[in-house]
Amino acid sequence: MGTILPSQTTAPGRFGPYGGRYVPETLMVPLFELERAYEQAKSDSAFQAQFQYLLKNFAGRPTPLQFASRLTEKLGGPRIYLKREDLLHTGAHKINNAIGQGLLAVKMGKPRIIAETGAGQHGVASATVAAHLGLECVVYMGTEDMARQALNVARMRMLGTQVVAVDSGSRTLKDAINEAMRDWVTNVRTTHYLLGSVLGAHPYPTMVRDFQAVIGREAREQILAAGKRLPTHLFACVGGGSNSIGLFHEFLRDANVKLIGIEAGGRGSGLGEHAARLAAHQGFAGARPGVLQGTYTYVLQNEDGQIATTHSISAGLDYPAIGPEHAWLADQRRAEYSAVSDQAALDAARLLSRTEGIIPALESAHAIAGLVERLPKMSKDDLVILNLSGRGDKDMDTYSRLL
Amino acid sequence: MPAAPPNPTRISKRFAELRASGELGLVAYITAGDPSLDTTLKFVLDLAGAGADVIELGVPFSDPLADGPTIQRASERALRAGTTLVGVLDLVRRTRRSSQVPLVLFSYYNPILQMGLEKFASSAAAAGADGVLATDLTPEEADDYRRILAAHHLDTIFLGAPTSTDERLAKIAACSSGFLYLISRTAVTGAKDAFPEDLPALIRRARAVTQLPIAVGFGISLPGHVSVLGGLADAAVVGSALVSDIENATKSGASPSAIDAAAMALTNRIRGFREAARHGLSRREVAP
Repeated sequence: MGTILPSQTTAPGRFGPYGGRYVPETLMVPLFELERAYEQAKSDSAFQAQFQYLLKNFAGRPTPLQFASRLTEKLGGPRIYLKREDLLHTGAHKINNAIGQGLLAVKMGKPRIIAETGAGQHGVASATVAAHLGLECVVYMGTEDMARQALNVARMRMLGTQVVAVDSGSRTLKDAINEAMRDWVTNVRTTHYLLGSVLGAHPYPTMVRDFQAVIGREAREQILAAGKRLPTHLFACVGGGSNSIGLFHEFLRDANVKLIGIEAGGRGSGLGEHAARLAAHQGFAGARPGVLQGTYTYVLQNEDGQIATTHSISAGLDYPAIGPEHAWLADQRRAEYSAVSDQAALDAARLLSRTEGIIPALESAHAIAGLVERLPKMSKDDLVILNLSGRGDKDMDTYSRLL
Repeated sequence: MPAAPPNPTRISKRFAELRASGELGLVAYITAGDPSLDTTLKFVLDLAGAGADVIELGVPFSDPLADGPTIQRASERALRAGTTLVGVLDLVRRTRRSSQVPLVLFSYYNPILQMGLEKFASSAAAAGADGVLATDLTPEEADDYRRILAAHHLDTIFLGAPTSTDERLAKIAACSSGFLYLISRTAVTGAKDAFPEDLPALIRRARAVTQLPIAVGFGISLPGHVSVLGGLADAAVVGSALVSDIENATKSGASPSAIDAAAMALTNRIRGFREAARHGLSRREVAP
């Protein structure tokens, strides 16, 4: 097991060979400024106090670590605990990072924030924080995602955010990020780009991870209190990878804790049918290291370096690249990644709903399906923490159509 | 400062000629493969004939995040037509059969990286390209890229921006050869009405840190823009306006007559800019 932490091996912003800063020159100085502001904020006690205050009193932290007794019984394998990020204000872990970056925007004197969103959870979190802090907010969202996550579009508008429909490319998360970057290049002097995952140019992958690492810090304490030992397995879904890295990070040094990221296997293994970047071992085609949207990481692409379209039933996982730290953790075999199909995720959503009384987001349902598929390799002595990263309200249209 | 390449490229030679004559140069950008590589070959030759000093061949990319709608659409058309980086390099090779116009490959980094830096540089040099500009690559991430391209005598052109500090402009210029490309405004590519007020100051800041010729681009669509740049810059880059001409002429299909109409529009536009460049103050006239 790799005991070398990526952050200890290379220059800031690099995770092994991955990460970096591949952006148009216009954004370089703003990225340096952001990095500086973030470094200062880390040791700024007033900033940290405000961050902690909002996490507790606005977002609702700490979130419970709930023993899933009926799911455990039903599956007949390991003891399963759920990290209940779905109980947070706005319904997903995205609010942790949005609060952090929202406060940074205020600190940097930027009156306007922009964000991209796939499932709409990061868009809602950004819109919420913008309203709470008195910032102007514009969210870019693919038209395909606007159709399948209509509830979140309505929530953002209710919060006073302008939702801009992106109708280019695959009309999903990747295209929303392109459009947000175009806005940022144009309005960079007044605008902070509140990127929602551990993607993009440095410092985003590190900064977003740090804002999400509270998930793992809480979970580690909670499981030691409840189970008197460390877990054997962590499960989390991986789109860009913010909820998973948020859970994993505190456990990286615990070599006996298996870290398992679950990607979107979509409807097939051919390029364009899935969003599995690190599951070539399962036959998913098309992922190679490359540069997309500011970072060097595994990217689904064709032979000519053109970025592939992706498919997932889950808008939040429907993206051709993965956070660079995950790429490094996979290369180091410190974390394992596999993909589950759309259908497996739907089945898992129904399973959790009916055993625990929790309707999960389609993204989080992938993590549950990943756990179910791994059961044959697990025993009753195993102890699992599964990150229930979001709730399923936004997916009710899909669920009622397909279940 | 790295030493100048041992064999100055066609780009350096052309800028030396422009400096000697005191005339503002014109850099013309078009997206390769829009609507097909064969027509791009014709357009390149026509642009050169009409007086473009340097031609930038845009390598289409699926995710052109530094480009506005005009070049985004052109990239989509070119990709739909099956354009690849290999195809664009072949276009360079075919252009060289009949023209010595300086050619710059204008690409996002990933297609270059996927071909492999060594293979890309040797193929581009063998085809007859003179320089390369990667939109999403800055000197910080470009050590290997610069070393390998320089070994093949390809100019590496980097972008300077209004947000770049003096220190960065110096670093960018030191990593560039051929010319320095200054972005006129904080924006994506695309036609605009007026120049930002801080442009002359940006050009002066760049002049203070480099002897390289300075080309200014982003938002140049009118002859008036070109006239303004005379006396300030060494060259104006015209891109989206030309790409629009191609788009408008081929809207209802790329028939031979539509291609002729597009070529005519490009030629006329370059001639108009050429006139404007002549009538604008030359750099030499206002230089202190």
